[in-house]
Amino acid sequence: MNNSVTTATSASRTAQLSWSRARWGIWFVNGLTILLAIMWAVPIIWTIIVSFRPPSDPLGQNDVWFSKDGVTLESYQRAVDLAPFFPHVEDGRLSRSYYGNTLEYVLMTLAVQLVTVTLAAFAFVQYQFPGKRLLFYLILIQLMIPTAILLVPNFTIISQLGLYDTTLAIAIPYFGSAFGTFLMRQAFLEVPRELVESAEIDGARWYQLLWNIYLPPTRATLVAFGMVSVSFHWNSLLWPLVVTSDQSRPLTMGLLRFTQLTDIGAQWSLIMAATLIIVAPLFILFLVFQRQFIQSFINSGFK
Amino acid sequence: MTTAAGTHPLNRRKKINLLPYLLILPTFVFIALFTIYPTFSVLQSSQEYYHPNRPNRTQETDLNLPGIEEASRSIRGPHDVGLAYFRAMLDPSSPEGEVFFQVMGNTIIYTVITVPVTMLLAFVFAVMVNRSLRWIGLARVAFFYPTMLPLVSAATIWLFFFTPDYGLWNVALKALGYSGPQNWIINRSLGLWALMIVSIWKNAGYLMIFYLAGLQGLPQDVYEAADLDGAGWLTKMFRITLPLLRRTTLFVSVIAIITSFQNVDHAFVLTNELVTGEADLLLYEIYKQRFVLGNYGFANALTVVMIVVLLVFTMTNFYLSERRSDEQ
Repeated sequence: MNNSVTTATSASRTAQLSWSRARWGIWFVNGLTILLAIMWAVPIIWTIIVSFRPPSDPLGQNDVWFSKDGVTLESYQRAVDLAPFFPHVEDGRLSRSYYGNTLEYVLMTLAVQLVTVTLAAFAFVQYQFPGKRLLFYLILIQLMIPTAILLVPNFTIISQLGLYDTTLAIAIPYFGSAFGTFLMRQAFLEVPRELVESAEIDGARWYQLLWNIYLPPTRATLVAFGMVSVSFHWNSLLWPLVVTSDQSRPLTMGLLRFTQLTDIGAQWSLIMAATLIIVAPLFILFLVFQRQFIQSFINSGFK
Repeated sequence: MTTAAGTHPLNRRKKINLLPYLLILPTFVFIALFTIYPTFSVLQSSQEYYHPNRPNRTQETDLNLPGIEEASRSIRGPHDVGLAYFRAMLDPSSPEGEVFFQVMGNTIIYTVITVPVTMLLAFVFAVMVNRSLRWIGLARVAFFYPTMLPLVSAATIWLFFFTPDYGLWNVALKALGYSGPQNWIINRSLGLWALMIVSIWKNAGYLMIFYLAGLQGLPQDVYEAADLDGAGWLTKMFRITLPLLRRTTLFVSVIAIITSFQNVDHAFVLTNELVTGEADLLLYEIYKQRFVLGNYGFANALTVVMIVVLLVFTMTNFYLSERRSDEQ
């Protein structure tokens, strides 16, 4: 400690000599940071501004931001009228909607994954059994061959199971997660062995071990996995596009169809209102739980 | 009873406990059904000619059907054609070969450009954001928020930016003195660039957080020692930071490459009007062959190629990272 203080003072002379140069350097880095941050933020800022333009006022040369006619929610209203983003009551029941479908398959995926991933990771950490390594490697194949690229053979399986155009079809290929299993296994390995062993001596059953010993200290990892899973599935397009035709279209599909409606033409305010309608929940959650989200995504790349 | 055995590992091994197998079963069933089985079934179906959209009639003249030399066979199929699709892919004069060469060319250009550029930007962002200034949190959000957007939404926003005349991308380029073509999504090479720009913009912030985590894990005493030696900013960057982040860089490159292979949602908005597929990426072409053109066999054969490419890539990477960790 003392040592570092004395060396620091002897170094301060060199530091003073390069002080003015360093200050210019800091200004340069700050300027570049601000410039790049603005460049990165422009698309979302533009999206938000344009979504408040009236749909009747098209964009034009040098007129791509606020409308002269002021700020209005008309574009949101039109977007909601044009496409079934939200459910409405039909014969006493809620109709199918993009929001309903997305929520359905995202929550279904999450609920099943949390169970399968926890159970499998627990088995791999807690027990020794023949074939353990082999099973583990077989599961890890999913990391090497992402499910997304198997869309053609998986489509055949979904058709054969009779699941075409259901939210279950969108969710089911992701019910087993190699990534989640691996992540939870790493977390469970950090749980102190003494805790596990003393619980075993007290006669705890396997589910008591899992619930009382393994899960409490690893809840953060499970939440992180949940956040990554929800954002991944909320945002996915290709697989839902392939296995749904009408009834079970999710939000991303809704946006795609919206951009392709011919009578909309280049009504950017409508399209941007639709964009914000589909990204809003995740986006607001992200802004509120920023640190947790970023930390979760860091965990999504395990070492 | 199981708990009593649990305290004695030797006892535990004697009689096979079914419980761990039952716990792994749910995960294993779904991975077996939707990852392992399709990986093998596609090897089989890539050897089958099948065009269900075509009429079930025989063709007298040669229609250039892969693997079907003799005429007078149904142009609908199915026919067993062996490895004909793979042979056709390697022959640029066949229709399949032409598509294959174009798509592989696009995929390679796309990967070779987006991966290093995104990684470089991610590193620069991480260095910028890894400072304790009051406003730096805003910059971090600005770089990271595209990660939370669906790729299709990102592409929709950028569709406007690429609009001729008043799209902000074109306006910005014009201000910088560029006077080239403005219709970025109708033109082959520009269409590919449009896809790359959106991908870079969306992923730089995602990769940034791994570098950020890496930077925050670096030992501070090394930098203090370097300061004492009067080492400059550049020296520290190239002699300390980058070498220490080698494992992070390797890891980030894996994520970047896998991301670039499996995310093609932006193509549905940006280049879907290029009907001849001038800017198609591999996964998008697989989708198009199977679900738009109804060329089942070719789509399956392309899936096999994609699996092989990914396996070769992950194996190489695994080998490299094992060897590097041995060195350390």
